Amino acid sequence: MSDEKKLFKVTIDNITVEVQPGTTILNAARQIGGDIVPPAMCYYTSLKGSGGKCRTCLVKVAAGSAADPRPMPKLVASCRTNVMDGMVVENITNPSVLEARKGVVELLLINHPLDCPICDQAGECHLQDLSYEHGVESTRYEFNRRTFDKHDLGPYIQLHMTRCILCYRCVYVADQISNKRVHGVLDRGDHSEIATYIKQSLDNDFIGNVIDVCPVGALTDRTFRFKNRVWFTKPVDAHRDCPTCKGKVTLWLRGDEVLRSTARKDQWGEVSEWICNTCRFEKKKTSDWIIEGPTVVNRQSVIGQGHYVNITKPRETISDVMGGRPPKLLMDIHNVSGVNNVDLSEIPGPASGKTFEEDPHAFATNPTDRKKPELNSNHELE
Amino acid sequence: MGRKILIDKVHIEGIRFFDTYRKNGGYASLEKALKISPAEVVEEVKKSGLRGRGGAGFPTGLKWSFLAKPEGIQRYLVVNADESEPGTFKDRYLMEFIPHLLIEGMIVSSYALGANTAYIYIRGEYAWIIDILQKAIDEAKEQSFLGKNILGSGYDCEIFIHRGAGAYICGEETALLESLEGKRGNPRIKPPFPAVKGLWDCPTVVNNVETIAAVVPIINEGGDEYALIGIGKSTGTKLISACGNIKKPGVYEIDMTISVEEFIYSDEYCGGIPNGRRLKACIPGGSSVPILPANLLLKTAKGETRLMNYESLADGGFQSGSMMGSGGFIVLDEDQCIVRHTYTLARFYRHESCGQCSPCREGTGWMEKILLNIERGKGKMSDIDLLWDIQSKIEGNTICPLGDAAAWPVAAAIRHFRDEFEWHVQNPEECLRRNYGLAGYAEPLEAVIS
Ligand SMILES: Cc1cc2nc3c(=O)[nH]c(=O)nc-3n(C[C@H](O)[C@H](O)[C@H](O)COP(=O)(O)O)c2cc1C
Ligand code: SF4
Ligand code: SF4
Ligand code: FES
Repeated sequence: MSDEKKLFKVTIDNITVEVQPGTTILNAARQIGGDIVPPAMCYYTSLKGSGGKCRTCLVKVAAGSAADPRPMPKLVASCRTNVMDGMVVENITNPSVLEARKGVVELLLINHPLDCPICDQAGECHLQDLSYEHGVESTRYEFNRRTFDKHDLGPYIQLHMTRCILCYRCVYVADQISNKRVHGVLDRGDHSEIATYIKQSLDNDFIGNVIDVCPVGALTDRTFRFKNRVWFTKPVDAHRDCPTCKGKVTLWLRGDEVLRSTARKDQWGEVSEWICNTCRFEKKKTSDWIIEGPTVVNRQSVIGQGHYVNITKPRETISDVMGGRPPKLLMDIHNVSGVNNVDLSEIPGPASGKTFEEDPHAFATNPTDRKKPELNSNHELE
Repeated sequence: MGRKILIDKVHIEGIRFFDTYRKNGGYASLEKALKISPAEVVEEVKKSGLRGRGGAGFPTGLKWSFLAKPEGIQRYLVVNADESEPGTFKDRYLMEFIPHLLIEGMIVSSYALGANTAYIYIRGEYAWIIDILQKAIDEAKEQSFLGKNILGSGYDCEIFIHRGAGAYICGEETALLESLEGKRGNPRIKPPFPAVKGLWDCPTVVNNVETIAAVVPIINEGGDEYALIGIGKSTGTKLISACGNIKKPGVYEIDMTISVEEFIYSDEYCGGIPNGRRLKACIPGGSSVPILPANLLLKTAKGETRLMNYESLADGGFQSGSMMGSGGFIVLDEDQCIVRHTYTLARFYRHESCGQCSPCREGTGWMEKILLNIERGKGKMSDIDLLWDIQSKIEGNTICPLGDAAAWPVAAAIRHFRDEFEWHVQNPEECLRRNYGLAGYAEPLEAVIS
């Protein structure tokens, strides 16, 4: 077709792709896929104005365009920078990008409570993924972390402000998806918080979607609270005839029990179709739904570790561009940590320190734990 | 004796009011401008070499020529009177004592840009100045210098004042526009720049108060004439607000040919350092720019005399130079503690960060905490390297320059005064007992000009 716009050629980590003009670097990278895709904690394709805030998607533009091949002086947010024809971008091939990203991850974590063991989001948390893939093992932060009280924003949603990374996604959802926004960011700087101005509930048909867009466990579903760890639940695609939304959801089952219902997410963890509160919070019986089949679980934290049907492991480009270095994936944690050199299913009852003590590899990465013989005797008593 | 063209008339009694201002040559530039085309006014400003006085020093004529001019779409001029940078108080002086100069400059500039509406975004704490400016606007309107069909030219212009609510970040031009639109003052992600998509998505020029005021003498005397004042790319005069350990704090108009030494020690300007103390360091351009120790302040690393202008102050880059910035000149004598001083600044930036982007939001708080520890004698040697690392993770990785502005003072303090930080770590008790740090950097300088 003659009126079709000329495609732009952009090279990201030595891989060239042709994209429509107006595409962001991030989306061009997503078209390539694999490891060269910068992590995005605040950008959300369907939310206008999102992105640019978390700074995890920073990349180096080594050449601005074919017409003007000068590099850009600073790292740019790939989610908010459009490609130009002939642009050359460096992500994982540029050490300064990785260093800056490591810095961002460290800064995102200094005030994070790291309460994953009691957080409902654990297992599908983007901050967990990000920290594991791009962060360092320990923190240099030696001060008290910022704290807030947790709030119930109405009967369905709970806010743990301590976990929030201020990505503003929930604010955009309330603005653009639901018909009324009663919450937003109060105050500024490191003391800013997501809140309703006067304690008020978030209440309208589509507000439940804030839970799905929240990359961390700051906004969680009260109807699912502490019910189960996500990796023990089984996701299936289901639909129902809903007068408010399209009624296409993912149900998270245990046996025949519906523990939770969420919108369906694509491979980047983004909701493809918003669902209404009724589908999300009210319909908790399998008889409410027509079940289509198992959900395809993508690279989503440790829930990928569950033995799901149809799991698609991501196509990794990292070994191509990094001279053979394999990717670090949280879903492969068991291969890395050595903890699971023990087959847990073989042990009667819960595993204890003793279980691992007997395994020569188990504590290979943490020698200090070996110096605790009293642990043994304690366990003997249990 | 430097030339004065902005505040030369402030001493005239009643200059704040229209009649006196007019009698002393006021609004002549407007009459002159209306006789030529807007493009010619822009051309004069280009020729003048005027650079933005708000901090970045971007050539004003160039900025004006970038303004998009789509048919049928409003354009706006917004004057940035948020002036919240610690150490900077020059705009306040202009607006308080000679408000009509700003109003006149605004009408001329709006005419040049083809804007029919102009705003003054003023920091909320300047409450009484709002009244002064409003009076000036009302007077100008009564005299038909403002409003509909100005002086029979057919050109309309209205000026509105918008009061900020006490946020430094609202001085950043895109945050300012958000705030003006009634939203939370978060900086926008650029591009698009305000010249293309500014206030209510219309093309907008944001300029500092002093920049706009300087348009008046430029039109009166001609751009070429204005460009003769100053040196190199630092044309015209600059208002410097001097404070700290000097005998005569205040606002001074300089032409940018004088040396830093003359500015500090001559009686025409700061009058030297009081109580017989020696000069230790100076922040030459408002709290955001790097601090310089006395030796590097007076002479560049190459050994040349450092002058009070854009190029000379920046000579040596951040390794051994600083910036002209907004002209907030803060002088520290030998009794001042650099660590405490840096902590104070870090505290300011932590408090003023808008919190949008993670490096600035989290990093500023972290730096403040570490600096407080060091200042209180609870620091560790590794904290100094950690501080350095944190600032490097913030700088250049944020949405707006506030992140850089928070990082630079810390970087410069460590770069030039590292042993003072180390002294704090090694002498924890003394840190608490005495109120000042080391004076090792003070050069035994005599006042050269008497
Ligand atoms: C955090 C921050 C605060 C600022 N505060 C001011 C201010 O108070 N006044 C000002 O004129 N410019 C301020 N600026 C600079 C403006 O963004 C903008 O560059 C300036 O108003 C442009 O005017 P000029 O070209 O006349 O200098 C600030 C910038 C930043 C990043
Ligand atoms: S609550 Fe969640 S979605 Fe909202 S800003 Fe915080 S992290 Fe983002
Ligand atoms: S750098 Fe700081 S002030 Fe500027 S947008 Fe980011 S958080 Fe806000
Ligand atoms: S995803 Fe680009 S800055 Fe957050």
